[in-house]
Amino acid sequence: MTNPLFESLYILVLAGFLGFEVIRKVPPLLHTPLMSTTNAISGISLVGSLVAAGSGQSIVSTVLGTLAVTAATINVVGGFMITDRMLKMFRRKERKPQ
Amino acid sequence: MNEILLSASYLAAAVLFVLGLKALNSPETARRGVLMAEVGMLLAVVGTLLRSEIIQYQWILVGIVAGSTIGALMAIFMPMTAMPQRIAISHSFGALAATLVGIVEYYEHGLTIGHGTMAALGFEVLFGSITITGSLMAFSKLQEFVKGAPITYRFQNLSNILLFFVTVGVFVFLIIRPETGVLFYGMVAAGLLLGVLIVLPIGGADMPVVLALLNSYAGLASAATGLVISNNVLLIAGALDGTSGFFLSLMMSRAMNRSFTNVLFGAVGAVKAEAQTQGGEEKTVMRYTPEDAAYILENAQSLIIIPGYGMAVAQAQQAVQELATLLIEKGATVRYAIHPVAGRMPGHMNVLLAEANVPYDLLCEAEQINNDFQSTDVALVIGANDVVNPAARYKKESPLYGMPILNADQAQTVIILKRSLSPGFAGEDNELFYNKKTMMVFGDAKTTLTSLVQLVKQRTRTTVGAAKD
Repeated sequence: MTNPLFESLYILVLAGFLGFEVIRKVPPLLHTPLMSTTNAISGISLVGSLVAAGSGQSIVSTVLGTLAVTAATINVVGGFMITDRMLKMFRRKERKPQ
Repeated sequence: MNEILLSASYLAAAVLFVLGLKALNSPETARRGVLMAEVGMLLAVVGTLLRSEIIQYQWILVGIVAGSTIGALMAIFMPMTAMPQRIAISHSFGALAATLVGIVEYYEHGLTIGHGTMAALGFEVLFGSITITGSLMAFSKLQEFVKGAPITYRFQNLSNILLFFVTVGVFVFLIIRPETGVLFYGMVAAGLLLGVLIVLPIGGADMPVVLALLNSYAGLASAATGLVISNNVLLIAGALDGTSGFFLSLMMSRAMNRSFTNVLFGAVGAVKAEAQTQGGEEKTVMRYTPEDAAYILENAQSLIIIPGYGMAVAQAQQAVQELATLLIEKGATVRYAIHPVAGRMPGHMNVLLAEANVPYDLLCEAEQINNDFQSTDVALVIGANDVVNPAARYKKESPLYGMPILNADQAQTVIILKRSLSPGFAGEDNELFYNKKTMMVFGDAKTTLTSLVQLVKQRTRTTVGAAKD
């Protein structure tokens, strides 16, 4: 009964529903920042890449793992930075001092 | 003890990701949201580095330094106008990481892998490899390394579908016999090929759907990685990314009135090439000069600006903002109507206008503003076409039929800034161009807008001067 793969599937499906409900509320105004944020978040494959690069497996795995770490870090660092740069530009109308 | 710390850091990261995305529901809290997601990521990475199976750090360091440098340089120097390309290429990086992790997993444990894990691993490398090349292809089209128009050839759909089923067949066989290494690497290669072939026939205006879809695939690849290595934070973050992309592609396909299956199988764009040549009747267009347009604009009490991809191409957003500010100072109400698929990615127009200092409370969604056109003096259409084509309302044989449009034709006067009379992406002639109340001003949008700004300024000065005398 406690097949770990099935437990993982539960989490996957529930997280999917949760994500849908949360993301539904993001206004179209912010759809580009949303894309770049989720992109940075999907750089979480960095976690898997770190293990691949650092657990002393064969040379092939270490090389591929290092490449994976590089690619994922580009997304994490670049994604968060550019999202913030974008969001900084969204300004409200300035109230004119009367 | 370490185990507990690790689990706690992953749990905290997952919660912070959800809270961060939740904060994106308003521009006021959005930056805080990004900060939360950043902290979550940091926790997850630090937690992982402390894991006992990580015994060598030198290669990790190399990867992190290289990745951070490239990522930061891209984030700092990439102009905002290149945002669609950046989004496209980053999907490729995310998918590359997931795919490589999958390949390492198979390379190390391929002979002892279980059927269930093999299924998850298959999804991981398939979604991953399709996204790697699909996104590169989208990037090349947006960057115009490859021509943006759909590239089609005979039997294209047939051969794509065939390749797709062969790939699925290989996948199923692998689940039954996970140790067949040749097939595994063959499947990765097939995925890479599929990515190219799927995006090849897709044209520029369909890019928002494609980018959203690739966003979703990249997330699903990460989520599948989580299944393979039983890592919950990967699962949750991947699921969030996957559903976000899925949701955006739903929104985009709805805004283009495409069925979702149409989008899901990527059969976008190719469908439409036939509809182009029809109807030879002569229609006349009223050409106007910027002087005429300036006269109408400065007398308008209310104005709605409709930006499209043409504004992005002409880099006219700054000039648009100047004109709008000028008219607002003269007492007019000016707002912007943003169609969901205007531009090359979801939210494209909003980012460009925000960069040009347009306050976001002036940027209105279609439903929010569509009823106001009737009571508006001027609709100013800048480099947009299909999203204001009235044929979408009634012309059943049009490829645009059923697509929700902006009701520009209901304004008192419609001013259209356009390079030429060429039809929009859908190939459907736009009757709005021939409408009596439409003023067509031909030329580069930026040049026209700049001269409009000059003209309005001059006239204001003379009127003010005359009043003083």
